[in-house]
Formats: sequence, C-alpha cells, structure tokens
Amino acid sequence: MITIDVNGASRQIDIEPDTPLLWVLRDVIGLTGTKFSCGIAQCGACTVHIDGTAMRSCSVPIGALDGAKVVTIEGLSSNNSHPVQRAWIEEGVPQCGYCQSGQIMAVVTFLKQYSNPTDADIDANITNICRCGTYEPLRRAIHRAADLMKT
Amino acid sequence: MRGTGVPSTVNRRDFILTAVSAAGGLMIGIGATPVRADGAAISTQPWNDNGFAPHEIDAWIAIDPDDSILIRYQRSEMGQGSMTALPMMITEELQCDWSKVRIEYASSNRSVREHRVYGNMYSHGSMSVRESQKMVQQVGASARERIIAAAAARWHVPASECAAAQSVVTHRPSGRTLRYGEVAAQAAKVKLVKEPTIKTPAQFTFLPRRIPRLDLVHKTDGSAKFGIDAQVPGMVFASISACPVPGGKLKSVDESVLSGTPGIVDVVKLEDAVAVVATDSFWRAKRALSRLRPEWDVGAAGDVDSEQLSKEFRAALTDRMVVARNDGDVDKAMSGARKTFEAIYETPYLSHTPMEPLNATVNLQPDRLDVWVGTQDAEAALRAAANASGLKPEQVYIHNAFLGGGFGRRDGNDEILQAIAVARVVKRPVKLIWTREEDTRQDRFRPHAVVGFKAVTGSDGMPTAWSMRVVTSSIFNSVGIPFPPGKAEPPAVDGLESNGYNVPNTRVELHIRNTHLPVWFYRAPGANQHTFAIESFLDEIASARGIDPYQMRRKLLDGKPDWLKVLDTAAEKGEWGKPLPKGSGRGIAICTFTDSLCAQVAEVTVKPNGEVKVNRITVALDTRHMVNPQTVTEQAESAVIFGLSAALYGKITIKAGAAVQGNFDTYRMVRLAEAPRIDVHLVPSGGQVWGGAGEPAVPPLAPAVTNAIFAATGKRVRTLPIMDTDLSGSA
Repeated sequence: MITIDVNGASRQIDIEPDTPLLWVLRDVIGLTGTKFSCGIAQCGACTVHIDGTAMRSCSVPIGALDGAKVVTIEGLSSNNSHPVQRAWIEEGVPQCGYCQSGQIMAVVTFLKQYSNPTDADIDANITNICRCGTYEPLRRAIHRAADLMKT
Repeated sequence: MRGTGVPSTVNRRDFILTAVSAAGGLMIGIGATPVRADGAAISTQPWNDNGFAPHEIDAWIAIDPDDSILIRYQRSEMGQGSMTALPMMITEELQCDWSKVRIEYASSNRSVREHRVYGNMYSHGSMSVRESQKMVQQVGASARERIIAAAAARWHVPASECAAAQSVVTHRPSGRTLRYGEVAAQAAKVKLVKEPTIKTPAQFTFLPRRIPRLDLVHKTDGSAKFGIDAQVPGMVFASISACPVPGGKLKSVDESVLSGTPGIVDVVKLEDAVAVVATDSFWRAKRALSRLRPEWDVGAAGDVDSEQLSKEFRAALTDRMVVARNDGDVDKAMSGARKTFEAIYETPYLSHTPMEPLNATVNLQPDRLDVWVGTQDAEAALRAAANASGLKPEQVYIHNAFLGGGFGRRDGNDEILQAIAVARVVKRPVKLIWTREEDTRQDRFRPHAVVGFKAVTGSDGMPTAWSMRVVTSSIFNSVGIPFPPGKAEPPAVDGLESNGYNVPNTRVELHIRNTHLPVWFYRAPGANQHTFAIESFLDEIASARGIDPYQMRRKLLDGKPDWLKVLDTAAEKGEWGKPLPKGSGRGIAICTFTDSLCAQVAEVTVKPNGEVKVNRITVALDTRHMVNPQTVTEQAESAVIFGLSAALYGKITIKAGAAVQGNFDTYRMVRLAEAPRIDVHLVPSGGQVWGGAGEPAVPPLAPAVTNAIFAATGKRVRTLPIMDTDLSGSA
C-alpha cells in the first residue's frame, strides 16, 4: 500500500509498484486531465508536479512515491486562475488541447526558476511536443505569465 | 441534459442511461457549469447523451424561456475551431445574443433516425465551414423567420412589420418587443411557406469576428473530455498489437506466460491482432501484452523494404500513365529543344501521429451499443460500428469527444472496430487504447510518391513546356472510394494538376502503384508532397536561367490577381531581396488547396555542420472569406509547424514489411526551440466560393524551406525529409 497526496487529498494506492503514476492518476483515481501520449518521457503530455518538481508521470513508478505530494492540472487552481492558465487563455494557446495540461504544468515550475525568462531559457527548458504547433502563442503566453506573476 | 423536461421522442432507455451517466459513472459531471469565455460556451463534455433537449425549435436550435440558446454543431472539434465558427454563422442569421449561446455536438444517432437532418458530419478536407456554410446559414435564417412569425402572430400583425436583433423581436410600428425565449415554443410549431434567402458575406453584421474558441477554457484546466477520458462503470482496459506487417494474420500466441498474473481478464485473438484485457488500469494490459510473443503470418509483404519500394517507384516513372491534365502539346514543344531540365523528387510515407493515440471505449449490449471516441466523422463511425456489431444504426450511439489531433487519421474506425471485437468476447465495457508505437506503425500512411519532371524554357528563360509524371499509391483504393479507371484520382496529383502557372504546354500524368501498406488522407493530401516537388523544380529552372524565383512566379501568374496578391504579400512581408548573412537564405513557394491560396517565404540558416535552422516563415493566406480570422491565423501557424516536422524529419521507413519508427525518439517532431517565428497575413479576396483554412498552409512550407536552403547553400534537396540530405560544409 502506497500513500500519496494528490491535489491536497491523501490517497491509499494498492497496485503493482511498477505502475507509472500516470495510470494511477488516470485509471485508479480518475483524474483524466493528465494525458498519455508517448509513454517514454519524450513528449511531456503527462507532466505533473511531484514534490514541486515537474515530472513526466508516464515514467515515474508509483512504488517510488510513498509519501510524495503530487499536483496535477486539476489541482493547479480551482477556476483557471493560476497566472499560467490565465496567460494561456489570454493568448489563446490550445488548439486540440491534448498536450496543454502538460505544457502548463511544465511552465509553472519553469517560471519558479526563471521569473524573467529569455527566449533562450524557454527554448532550453520547455521541450514538450505540441503536434498542433501552438509554439508561437505558447512562447508569448510564457512571457505573459511571467509578467502576470509579478503583479 | 439541461432543464427538466424530457421530450416525447426520448425513450425510457435513453433516459435511464442518461440518469446513470449523470450519477457520475462517466465522470463527466465535473465542471458541468461551463466557464463563459466571452459569454457563449461549450460544455467540458461536448456530447449530449441522447441528442435531444427541451425547447427545441428544430434539430439544430433550442431556446429556453430564459433566452439561453443551444446550438448544435454537426462536425468535429480537433483544434481547428469549427465548433465555434459554425455556431457563429448560425448566430449571424439567427440574429441572436451570442453571449447566451451554448454549443454541443449534434448526435449522429439522431441524424440517422431523422433522415440525415445534420447532413455530412465529417471534419476533413477543410470542409467543416466551407461545406456547411450555406446549410447552417439556412438553419439560422429559418429559425429567425419562424421566431418572427410567432411573435407577429402573438401581436396579430404582419411579420413584415417585425424585425429581429440580439434575441429580441420588435414590432417596428408600435415598438413592442418580445424576447426569443418568450416565443420559441410557438416558433417551433411555425411552418414557413417559403425558406428565407440567406445573407451574402457583404450583408454580414456579426462576421467576420475575432473570437477566442469556446473550447479554449476547458483545455487549460484538464476538464475537456477527450475520447481517452471516457469512464464507464465496470469497464476494463485493453491493449492491442496488430500484425506489424499490414495485411498479415495472427498465426498463434502463447498466452500461458500470463497465467497467474493478477487482473488479466482475457487474451483476445482477432484475425490480425492480439489484445490483452485487464482490470484497474491500461498499464496492466499494456505490460501483459508486451510479454506475449505472437507469431504472425505475413506472406510476401514481409520481404518489402523502403529501398526496394523507392527503386520500384522510380522505375515505374517510365510505365504507362493516366493523363490528369494536358494543356497545349508538350511533346511538340519539347522536340528539338536545345536543353531540357529534368529532375526526380521523392517523398516518403508519413504517420499522422496525433498527440492523443487512437482509442475507443465501448459498451456493447444485446440491443444497444455506446461508443465514446474522438472521431472526425461521427456518422461514418456509427455506420461502421453498426456493421461490426450487427446492430441497427438506430441502436448505435457515438458520443463524440474533443479530438486530441486528427490530421485525417481519426476517420478510419480501426480502433472502434477493434474495441467492439474485444467487447464481444469479454462481455464488459472496454476501453481500448493504442500505444504510441501502435499508433505510429499501424497508421494508414501518407503515401510515398515519386515525381519525374521535364521542362524546356524559351529565350527569355521562362518555361514553355513541362511534364510531370507521378508514381504513388491510391488513397481512394485504400479508403474504398470508387473511381473510374483511366482517370487520375485528385489526391494523387493535387499540387501538380492544380498549379496556377501559365505554362502553355503542361502535362500531368499518374501511375498508380499500390503496395501492402494502407495509405490515407493526411492534412492537405497530395499537395502536401507534390507542392514540394513542383515548387522546388520551378526554383531549379529559375536558378539555371538566372531569374529571381519570385519574379519568375510573378510572370507565370500574370493575369491572376488573387494569386499575385498572396505571392506579393508573402514576398513583401517576408522581406524578399533584403540581404542576409552568408549561410542564410530565403525561399518562396505558392499553392492552391481547398479553394484557398497560400504563399510562404522561409528564411533559414544552414550551419557549417549542416544543421538547418528555420528562422522565420511569412505566410500569406487567402481563404476567400472568414468567419473567425483568429482561428484562420492559428490554423496557418499550426500548418507551418506540422509541415516543418514533416519537411525536416518526417519519414516512415519500411523494413521487412513493417514500419520501423515507433515513438517520438525515432519519429521526431519540431519542438519549441526549433519553431520559427511565424507571421501570418490574411488576404481574403471574396467571391462566390469559400476556401478552407485548416490545410492550405501545409503544402508551401517544405518547398519554401528547401528553396531557402538552396539559396543559402547551393544544394538542392530533392528527397524529403531534409535531414537525409548532408548539408555540412555547404553554407
């Protein structure tokens, strides 16, 4: 039995310890905002925060997470009010939207480290794939979110 | 479902199922109160479980007493924005208050029951808006006239004395008003003597309008429901592996390796695939499947590889061809020419690779089938599911979700048919998901194509005759679209046959060579590969004759103001002719697709190690008309990145009959760091026709980039992807 905190609620998880966190979130707990796409930590669609760090949950076994604090897109804010979500809406980033939970979660921790990011900082750190190619508004939204976080 | 009334057409079973859903079985109650972006809204769950609502005026529109308006959208939403755009068109005619509009998918089940009341329900061919435009305008206009008629009847005045605006009918002489919600119930009973005439774009008052897509807000908080997010009480999870060589059959599989593994429900053997079904999580099914070693009967196709296919396709360039276009007399014009230009261009198989891998969730009961899926064609999905299950179409319910990308892939129904086959065996609701590797390798691919060109030029250096011979596979054959033999199917020659240049002697010919690999429509079919070929070849001629490639195109498009407008806009905004440092260059390309025109200027830098950096893409796009210019811009940006992934890296290699690349480590996609600056300029030229928005900016991208590489390095890329050409030391 593994105990994790997901979005502020304690969860007892009874499943094979090599099960990736992604599938615990989606299939066991029923939080489907975190997406499956590649399964090998290539694309970042499954990004969540584990103890404050952005991680690709498809490649993190639940057995390694006893006592961990996990935040998913559903736990980022209750009403789309996080500055990154606001910036995403204001810049109209998502198209199909499938990768965007992961993009947003990656950017949230990135901006904690880089409160004034340059384009080069963004290029080096935001490596999630978007097949709709929303990179142009996505880059604008990262800068906008950085501004929103200062006010 | 909204409100408390249950329309009489809903049978008891529908209601029970809906009630079960509402109890939380589908986990769709979350965020059921939609966030209102700019007033209008789409629910996080885009489908309606039974397709009906109280207070309907007709199958498309329901207006509640409180004036809130439900508008149904009959196509699919995969990020292209039509789920916002088509209701905007209805709003234009309905003269209703956009801030009170709520949108949901139309039900394909209802369409089947009601004589295809929603018409074509597919989203492909950039047709969601342009093919629906007249129909949905008529829907809005008819409802408006019926509402006016109902109000006029209430007042006992002629309808001609009444006008509608912002969800209010006004009797002009007396100034009396009625809200739509007050007369909607009567309007539903009104039969018009004559259908009203729809507005011309010049008469629009609401459109075109920049509006954020209404699905946006659900795609930033995880609440938007994709097919993969469906949750049905009692469901189990299936992971599937189809024969790696298309057309092959399952010979045997030893399932004893899984004996004693907890949570395994069944190993299901299909004719061409094996699936493992497990409880609790997809992961459990996937892990168990990876332990199986199925044996396949692959036949002769098991010996096919890419190198061999390339040789065969190139050899077939001299085979007998079908003529797709023949202007003037190419042979006569070429005879005795002192110099001819010849080149062969080749483009590989590609996988569609939507971010959401294919999946379907089904609940198969003796007299009813429910399917939760993201499909580009809910009607075709329904008919395919009915066929596969043996049920009547009226017994099948497709709950279409938001699509995590489509690009042409999400209308093959493979995943739906597999899920039904598995559910038939395990007799429980099943969620079947393809792994990324399965999604890449079991694709119905963008075809492989080879184009052989020959051209001659006049004394002024301009081409006077050109011949284009194509060898590729038939998409129509793969899809099962009947087409007369002896004619060239359009997707096999699009981009060549449709070129806009005034070359007096032009011949386009086609030789179809089918293989065991299924081929399919892929964002901008035909044009997505042939535009690369023709626009590069034209560049070769320009360079050889010392003519500026932009000016050569200008001359060849003389007398076509719409083509010249997009070409000139791209050239001007893309700073054509402005000096660049050594190692950098600009390229230009133009095409027509889905009745739109698109020109692009690419600016690239080739580093000494051969690495290509695309710095900037300038797009000029003429879609003739626009509903929502913001979405059109987004689609152009999207098409550029989509085209760039294919141009730089896209290649499915065939080895021993099977696709080699499986995941993003080997089938590479452009990421943020590689994304160029994109400037989109919209130049709608108007007219009778509406052009598409989702696809036309894909085809010019590759040739604009390869022409820029030539400008930077003098090296001509004739085979895609670009990464296969060694450009080191050339800049």
